[in-house]
Parts: sequence; C-alpha cells; structure tokens
Amino acid sequence: MKYFVILISAIAISISGCNTEKPKTKSVYMLLDTSGTYTKELDKAQKIINYLLATLDSGDSLAVARIDSGSFSEKDIVSKVTFNTRPSVVSDQKRVFKRSIDGFISGVKSSSYTDITGGVLQASEFLNETRADEKIILVFSDLKEDLVKGHMRDFSIPLVDIKVVALNVTKLRSDNVDPRHYLNRVAKWQERVNQGGGNWSVLNDLERLERLISG
Amino acid sequence: MDNLVLTLIRFHSGEAIMNTEMLLLWSDQLPVSLTVWLILVVLAMYLGRCQAHQLITSSSGAIRTLFRLMARSFNRLAIRLNSRNKEIILSHGRDAVEKKIDREFHRVNALVKKDLSGYPAVQRKINDAIERIEEDFSSSIEAPPLPPSWVEGVDTIAKTAKAADPTVALILENINQSLAKAQKEALDEYRKNSQGRHEALKNMLPTWRNVSQQLNEINKNVDGIEGQATVIDKHMEEYESIRNKEDAAVRKLLSSSVTQLFISGLVLIIAIMGGFINFQLIALPMSEMVGGTSQLGPMKTADVAALVIIMVEIAMGLFLMESLRITHLFPIISSMDDNMRKRMLIITLSILTILAGFEASLAYMRDLLALDREALTQSLAGSEIISAEFRWIPSVGQMVIGFILPFTLAFIAIPLESFIQSFRTVLGAVFCQFLQLIDVIFRMAGNIVQRCGHILIRIYDLMIFIPLEIEKQMAGRKIRMKKIKTNIKTNADQLPVLTEEKLS
Repeated sequence: MKYFVILISAIAISISGCNTEKPKTKSVYMLLDTSGTYTKELDKAQKIINYLLATLDSGDSLAVARIDSGSFSEKDIVSKVTFNTRPSVVSDQKRVFKRSIDGFISGVKSSSYTDITGGVLQASEFLNETRADEKIILVFSDLKEDLVKGHMRDFSIPLVDIKVVALNVTKLRSDNVDPRHYLNRVAKWQERVNQGGGNWSVLNDLERLERLISG
Repeated sequence: MDNLVLTLIRFHSGEAIMNTEMLLLWSDQLPVSLTVWLILVVLAMYLGRCQAHQLITSSSGAIRTLFRLMARSFNRLAIRLNSRNKEIILSHGRDAVEKKIDREFHRVNALVKKDLSGYPAVQRKINDAIERIEEDFSSSIEAPPLPPSWVEGVDTIAKTAKAADPTVALILENINQSLAKAQKEALDEYRKNSQGRHEALKNMLPTWRNVSQQLNEINKNVDGIEGQATVIDKHMEEYESIRNKEDAAVRKLLSSSVTQLFISGLVLIIAIMGGFINFQLIALPMSEMVGGTSQLGPMKTADVAALVIIMVEIAMGLFLMESLRITHLFPIISSMDDNMRKRMLIITLSILTILAGFEASLAYMRDLLALDREALTQSLAGSEIISAEFRWIPSVGQMVIGFILPFTLAFIAIPLESFIQSFRTVLGAVFCQFLQLIDVIFRMAGNIVQRCGHILIRIYDLMIFIPLEIEKQMAGRKIRMKKIKTNIKTNADQLPVLTEEKLS
C-alpha cells in the first residue's frame, strides 16, 4: 500500500510537473490617441486589440480607452472586461468586446486636444483596482500632448509596478526636420514614467508585441 | 562583505609575517636558518621516534579494527537481509506454485468430470454395439440347404425304367421336371438367405466404426489426463525444490522477479501515459466547472480536480480487480463473503461506468470549447470562419476515448500488484548486494590504512636516516669494541697458561 501511495504521488507529480508555476493574472489598459490625423492609425490599434483578446485568458483584465481633450474620465473608456473563470464565458466576453471596439473604430471622431497624462492617470487607477499581478498600459499615440488651456497635468503620475509601453510612436513632420523633437518627447515621457515608479519602453515594431505580453 | 574580506587579508598577511619571522629565527640568512630548523626537526623526530612509531601503529590499527568492525556489521546485516529476502522469495514462489498446482488439479477435475463422467454411458453404448454385432454375426451364419433324401431313389427309378414304357417315361419326365423345379426353388431360397446374411454383415460396419470412435475418444481423454499429470509432476518437482530451499530455486525465482519487474514497469509506464492522455482530455473542461483561475498550491484547481477523477478511477479499478479476486492488494476485500464481494463488484463497476460517462461528456465539452476557441481566434485574426467537414469524427473519437480510458486504467491494478511484489524482492536483492559491496570497501579501507601506517613509519625513518645511520654505526662500533674487549680479556686469561707452558 505504501508503494501504491508513492506511485500515485509520482504519477501526480509527473502529470503536474509542467504546471508548477502559479499563473500570473494580467491587466492591460490600452489608450488610443484620437487626435488629428492619428485616427488613421487606429486600424493598427484594432489588430493589437484583437491580438490582446486572443492572448489574454481567464482572470485577466482588458480595457480600451480613448485619448481626447480631457482623458481623466471613465467616459473615455470604450470597453472594459475582466475575463470570467469559465472558458466558454470568456469566449463570449471576447466576442462582445471585439464588437464594441469595431463599432468604436468605425465611428471615431477626431478630438481637438490630446490629454495623454489624464489617460495614463485613469489607466493607473483602473489597473490598481484590478489587483492583477502584471499591469501594462499601452499608449497608442505619437506622444505629442496638447492640453486644453487651464488643465493641470504637470505632476508625477503614480505608476508603481506598472509597465508603460508606447506603441506606434509615429514621427511628426517637425520630427523629420529636427529629430531631437522626437527624442526629447520620448525622453520626457520616460522620465515621467520612471519618476512615478513605472517601467517605460517604446515598441514601434508591433511584431514584438508578443514578447511583451507573454513575457 | 568587503570589510570581512579585508580583515581576512590582513589576518592572513599578519600570519605570513609571523611565519617569516619564525623561519628567520636562527639567522638572517634563510638557508642557514632553514638548516638549523631542519636539524632541530630531525633531532626532535629522532628523539620521539619510538613514540611516533607507536602512535602510527596504534592509530592505523585502531582505524583498521574500526573498519573491520563496520565491515563485519554490514556483512551480518547483508546475511540477515539475504536470508529474509530468500524467505520472501521462497514464500512468494511457494504460493505461486501452489496456485499453479491447484489450478492444474482443478483442470484435471474438470476433465474427469467432463469426459470420464460419461464413461458409463460410453460403456453402455459399446456393450449395445457389441450385442448388436453378435446378433448380426449369429444371423449371418451360413446354413447350407440339405439335399432331399428321396432324390437318390428317384434317380435310380429314372435310370432303370427309362426306356420300358412311354407312360412311365412321361411320368418320370414329369418327376424330373418337378425335381429340377424344386432344386431351382431351393437354390433361389439359398441365394435369398445369403443376400440377407450379407445385409446383416453390412449393417455391422457402422456399429464397428461407432465402437472404434468411442474407444478413440476414451483414449484421447486418457492421454489428456496423462498430459495434465506430467504438468503436475513438473510443478511438484518445482514445489519440492522450493520447499527444500534449494539455491537453484531461489535464483530462478529471483530471475523471474526481475523479469516481472521490468514487464510490469513497462506496462505501468504505458498506463501512466494513458493517464496523462486522460488528464489532457478532461483538464480543460474541468476549468468550466471549477473555474480556470483558482489555485490549489502551485496547481490549478481544475488540474487537481482532473487528477482526482483519474485517481478515483484508478482506485475503483483496484477495488474492482480485488472484488474479482484477480489481485490481492487488500486482504480485507479478498476475505469478504461472496455476497458482499458481489455487492462491492457491482458498486465499483457502477461508479466506474458513471465516471466513464462523465469523462466522455467532458471530452465532448472539450471538443466544443476547442471549436469555439478556434472560431474566435479566426474571427479575431479577421479570417473567414471555415467549418470543417466530418468534424463529428474527432468529437466521437474523443468521447469514445474518454469512455474507454477509465476502464483501461482499471486494469492498472494487475501490473501494479506484480510491480509491488517483484520490486520488493528485487530491491531487497539489490540492497543486499550493496551491503556486501560496502563490506568489501570497508575491509579494503582497513587494510589500506594498515599499509599506510607501515609506509608512514618507513617515511618517518627515511626523514631521520642520518641520526639513525649514526646510531647504527655507533652501535656497531660498540659491539666491535665489546668483542675486542672480550677477546683481550680471553687472551689475558690465556696468557699466564701459555707462559707456564712455555716455561715448563
């Protein structure tokens, strides 16, 4: 009987051997820049969202919000979801989410201003509420902030344990004239994120997104 | 950490300075100081030679004794283990052969019941057949027709009065014709009777064949029993050999155990693989029931639940095999009365069937989930959703596998029992060999330590060979001097005698 117990334990260990690590829950908040001509880039954002939907699983959270004139608001969240524990429900949630995003992208209107800081702040709040193990903010923008007169955004954003990734940071016309504009813009955001305790990175080649999400 | 390293360096550098000072204690010149040190060391070693030799001899002796003691204790343990192992092997072998003999006797019993129980009927049949043959034989005996007694008288009359009277001649002719007719009739009757006898003999043929067939059958049955008896004899010889605790029997049984271990191990590996496939089949749909995110230690609750189901199936399989008395892992089940055992059999079989049905439904659910996920992935990728033809085939296949695997896993009890039994025996034998190896190693180590002691003494003497040589020389000189002195004394004693002799 003793040998039997040992054998059964050995079977259990061998079967579960590949699953000894506790799976981490992920929470992703994606900010979509809807200012000016950047709306033309949104089809790329749609592909990224689809990729996220295919990758994220039970227990993970996903939210997509737009960056407009005043982004520090729940109204700017296009769609958000925390995936159910049941795989069949997860598939339904993903379908609903996709429909919602498709609807938003097909009818999006350009905003006059670009409040990226407000959006990041809103994202930080959302992610902290989810209490996920891994928190990621994806900023799909050219990182050119244009605030409404009177809006105060010159402060440190709390981004402890949050990974902030700037996606598809397009070069503006002025960047081509003087590339330092682009570099300064990126450096400024990196400094702000690092000041807030976050982890900054830029990802212009969307093929590498897989490494970011799975890693 | 850095401070610790610095302290260590300082300590070591201080130690080095101290060592240098010690080396240059006798002179500022290193070779001179070293020579003095060497002389002192050699002198000290020479003075303490006896004690050093005693120390080395006693230490090596003590270590050797310790090693030999340990070797002896390991050897005793190995002998005890070997004896115990032998007993277990013989006991298992005896049980197995007893079972074999019992089975053979049952076979013989069945054979006797089946074939020889019908022997009286066969005998009756043979007797009937023989009676029939006798009857037929007696009816087939030829009875030649007797010639009529008046034929000679008639013949004489016919010869004598043939030509006398035509009337008489006519009468005689009529008599002749009647006689010929009577003879013809008698011949016909005889032929008819002969034909009847032939018919009777012909009827005897199938009866003969029947008798021959019956006898052949009896012969075959007797041969079968003889064959069984030969097998029983062989088993009995084996049994005797085991009872006499012969080494050949132990070796044979051990070899059989090793073979069993390998075979059952192989089958168990196959069963584990089957269990793994089963796990893969039900782990995903299990997350639909118990949730996909909850954890139980380092494992997902869904995985644990799937494992539990597989384990329960294996346990049910074990109980089922026990109830059928195929395995004997749980004596409490084997010793149950037949009714209780039958109830247990029905219960375990029912649970196993329910679990198999449950697994089949889970396998179907898994297929549905996989399909749904595939469709979603295609929709997210923006490609057209293609519904594959004959998609029902893998679904049905998964359901069938889900239903069959629990029953297949139930049979794991048979190789498991064999594995446990043979593993115990083989492990005991291996451990015994291991203990004997340790015994040899300790013995060797003891001898090596003793030899090392001897070598150490030689090295010690080699290091102080100069004072030893001086001592040897001095001792030789002392002996020589002593001899000279003895000679002088002898000569001195002999001198007055010689003088007196010369004078006389």
